[in-house]
Amino acid sequence: MQRFEFLGRFARNRGAFVGACLILLVALMAAFASVFFPTDPLRIVGLPELWPGEDPEFPLGTDSLGRDILSMIVHGARATLLIGLFASAVATIIGVGVGAIAGFFGGWVDEVAMRAAELFQTIPNLIFVLTIVVILGSTLTNIVIAIGIVSWTPIARMTRAEFLSLRDREFVQACRSMGMSDFRIIVSEILPNALPPVIVLSSLVVAGAILFESAVSFLGLGDPNVASWGRLVGDGRQLIRSSWYICAIPGIAIMITVLCLNLVGDGLNDALNPKLRDR
Amino acid sequence: MAGELVSPTPALRGSARRTAALRLLRRRLIQAVPLMLGVVIINFCLIQMAPGSFLELMTAENQVSDPTTIALLRKTYGLDDPVWMQLLKYIWALLHFDFGFSYRQNMPVIQAIWIHLPATVLLMVSSIALAISIGVAAGVVASMKVRTFWDSLVSVAAMFFYAAPSFWLGIMMIVLFSVKLGWLPVGGMMKIGGNGGVLDILHHLILPTLALGLFYAAIYTRVMRSSMLEVAQLDFVRTARAKGLSRNKVTIHHVLRNALLPVVTILGVQMGTVLAGSVVIESVFSWPGVGSLLFDSVSSRNYPVVLGIMVLGSLVVIAANIAVDLIYMWLDPRIEIR
Repeated sequence: MQRFEFLGRFARNRGAFVGACLILLVALMAAFASVFFPTDPLRIVGLPELWPGEDPEFPLGTDSLGRDILSMIVHGARATLLIGLFASAVATIIGVGVGAIAGFFGGWVDEVAMRAAELFQTIPNLIFVLTIVVILGSTLTNIVIAIGIVSWTPIARMTRAEFLSLRDREFVQACRSMGMSDFRIIVSEILPNALPPVIVLSSLVVAGAILFESAVSFLGLGDPNVASWGRLVGDGRQLIRSSWYICAIPGIAIMITVLCLNLVGDGLNDALNPKLRDR
Repeated sequence: MAGELVSPTPALRGSARRTAALRLLRRRLIQAVPLMLGVVIINFCLIQMAPGSFLELMTAENQVSDPTTIALLRKTYGLDDPVWMQLLKYIWALLHFDFGFSYRQNMPVIQAIWIHLPATVLLMVSSIALAISIGVAAGVVASMKVRTFWDSLVSVAAMFFYAAPSFWLGIMMIVLFSVKLGWLPVGGMMKIGGNGGVLDILHHLILPTLALGLFYAAIYTRVMRSSMLEVAQLDFVRTARAKGLSRNKVTIHHVLRNALLPVVTILGVQMGTVLAGSVVIESVFSWPGVGSLLFDSVSSRNYPVVLGIMVLGSLVVIAANIAVDLIYMWLDPRIEIR
């Protein structure tokens, strides 16, 4: 019953609903990329610099080498979404871990954890990511971890706040008096109650991570084996005088995806916080 | 008058306020020390994790292969010392603003950064100014015309600029305003061979400022709108209206001032991201700032410059946060900042 109410509230928010549908579409596109376009997207298939619509075989045109832009966009969706999801997962794991321990134990543990969060908020985020990528190498793993490391602080603060408000509730006291271990109380008792707002935040971190990755790839520091959308924008940059569409199309893809993720995040937020419903 | 209405407790005045501000400044400076130390330690760990020491790079660049020379260099640079000793030396060097030497620019790192700093500061300040003026104005309009066409228009525009990657927005603006219309320059900070007149620089500043600033304008718009709506429901606003003040007067004198607080807060938090964002924008517009230097150093694996920018960037963020706290105190005298 409660679940239906939640879904209803979510669907009533038209923006969030449209956003969720479009995200689903992008995800399907990413999942079935090799079904739609079985050949390597980086293969030369036609004349170079065909404008969108010029040749019905390439609805979004071709780039400077004669590669199909639609195929690159569809394949790039996979890289972009996966990087966003994994980076957000890294940020969520670090954030929930730090926030849970800080909120549950309090005292000096809390103090140290919050100072650490402050530290990571102080270092300019993109500069930190670039530094890690430069020093440790431009591999997909390094980029994902670096983005996770700069994105965990809001999640930690949110988790900590939830833990602070939950740790002295009766059900937790009951568990304590039963002699349950701290670890078990944190993981199986408090965490499930603290998670909903944290999940909302994670969905917003996915959007931020996609923007991060696109900037890193745009600067030419992305993983050379991955054709993400940001890299496509960067590749098309030289040709803005003659064929600006090569730059424009992947950028629009990034914008729509990020926009939809933000809409979904906002919608989830409204649905989970009924107090804000009538705003 | 507005202040008295706002404050349930009498606000501090004159000298009392000044000492409070000084006390706050001192406390913040003391708190900044462990933060800076943390930044330096993270930096040091990154250097340690780097494959190949800078000595190997240096000797390779200068084609030194004689083992006795290398051993001598290892000793000179203290690479045979224990790690904690190296860390202490590193901290000691940073305390003297010694960030090492950049072979690429053939000058100390600190000097290389210093040369590029004014352009970046100019870009950051103009972008933040743009973001705040657009954000506050749009947020106020949306909140005064809530649930009308204007409100929706502002919200939709904010959503789009919040989702558009800044570098892409920059390129698209170059396509429109420089390539197609020919109104504004494609990049750089002044005309080639130009003497750097103010108007020339401003002309070059417009597009980078828009590309960097519109994203933050979108954030401030959203924050300002909801903050205005929230403050407008508070009791003191109703009192002011009941006194017979006009709606516009109440909005500007009472609601606006209080609604600004969250904007100021996130401005401080985001100072680091504005700095980081300028890296990308500078690369798009060939703006000769710290971002261009960073990009060049990143591509040439020039670690000392990269790390120097990270440390100084963090310092800028800390300073900006202290400034924000002081502004906060000035805006709302009730606030006791821990």
